Amino acid sequence: MAAQLSMLLAGLIFGFGLALSGMTHASKVLGFLDVTGNWDPTLLFVMGGAVAVSAIAFRFVLRRRAPLLAEQFSLPPARQVDAPLVAGAALFGIGWGIGGYCPGPGVALLAAHGWETWVFIPSMLLGALLHRAFKSSLGGGGARAAVAAPEN
Amino acid sequence: METFTPVTALIGGLLIGTAATLFLWLNGRIAGVSNIVAGLLEIRRGDVLWRLLFLCGLVAGASLYYLAFGEVPLHRADFPAWLLAAAGLLVGFGTSLGSGCTSGHGVCGLGRLSVRSLVATSVFVAVGIVTTFVVRHIFGVY
Repeated sequence: MAAQLSMLLAGLIFGFGLALSGMTHASKVLGFLDVTGNWDPTLLFVMGGAVAVSAIAFRFVLRRRAPLLAEQFSLPPARQVDAPLVAGAALFGIGWGIGGYCPGPGVALLAAHGWETWVFIPSMLLGALLHRAFKSSLGGGGARAAVAAPEN
Repeated sequence: METFTPVTALIGGLLIGTAATLFLWLNGRIAGVSNIVAGLLEIRRGDVLWRLLFLCGLVAGASLYYLAFGEVPLHRADFPAWLLAAAGLLVGFGTSLGSGCTSGHGVCGLGRLSVRSLVATSVFVAVGIVTTFVVRHIFGVY
C-alpha cells in the first residue's frame, strides 16, 4: 500500500511541477526550440532545476542496496550508444519540434482536454505500437528486445 | 504564456527532479514517461498498476495546478490536426525506438550521468530546434 501511494505521489509532484514550470504549454516549449524567433529560455531553467536535483540525489539513492519500498532497482542496463538510440532520438525530436509535446506534457493534456488531447495521445500510442510491430517484424532476438524494454 | 518565466520554471524543475528522485528512492524505477506509457501496450502481470498510478498522479498533479492557479493551456485553433497527429506518431515511435524522452533521458539519464542519455538528449534538442525552424519559419505554421 505504501509503495502504491508513493507511485501516485511521485506522479502527482511530477505533474504539478510540469504544469507550474509552464511546460504543459506547447507554446512555451516551441518558444524554446524556436531559437531564431522570439526565444524563450524557460525550458532551460526547468531542465536545469530538474537535473540539478537528480544529479545530486541519484548518487545517494543509487548507493543503497535496494529502494525503500521495492526489492530491487529496475534500471536500464549499461549499453553503448547505438543506431536505434540516435535514430529514435532524431525521430522524437522531429515530432517534438512539430507539436511542442513530449510524452509528459502529452499525457498531461488529459488534465486540460480539448481537440489536441484526442489527436496527440492516440497517435503517440499508435506510434509506440508501430515501433513494437516493426521490432517484431525484424525478428531481432527476443533477448535483446527484452533487455531494451526497461530503459527509462 | 509567451513570456520568459524563470522562477516558476526553476521551482517546477526542482519539483520534477524531486519526483524522479522519490520514484527511484522508494520504488527503484526511472520516471521516464515514454517508457511508462509504452509499457501499458503490452500487459504483463504485476507491471500495469505502478504505471497507471504514476500516470494518474501526473494528470492529477497538473489538474491540481490548473485548479489552484487557473493557467490552463489553450488548444491551438489554427494548428493543423493532421500535423499534430504526425507529431504524435513520431514522438511515440521515436521514444520507443530510442528508449526514452525528455524525462527518461533528459531528467533521469543526465542525472545518472549516462552517456547514452546525453547523446539522446543532445540529438532530440538539436533536431527539435531545426524542425521548429522549418515548421514555423519556412512553412509558416504556428
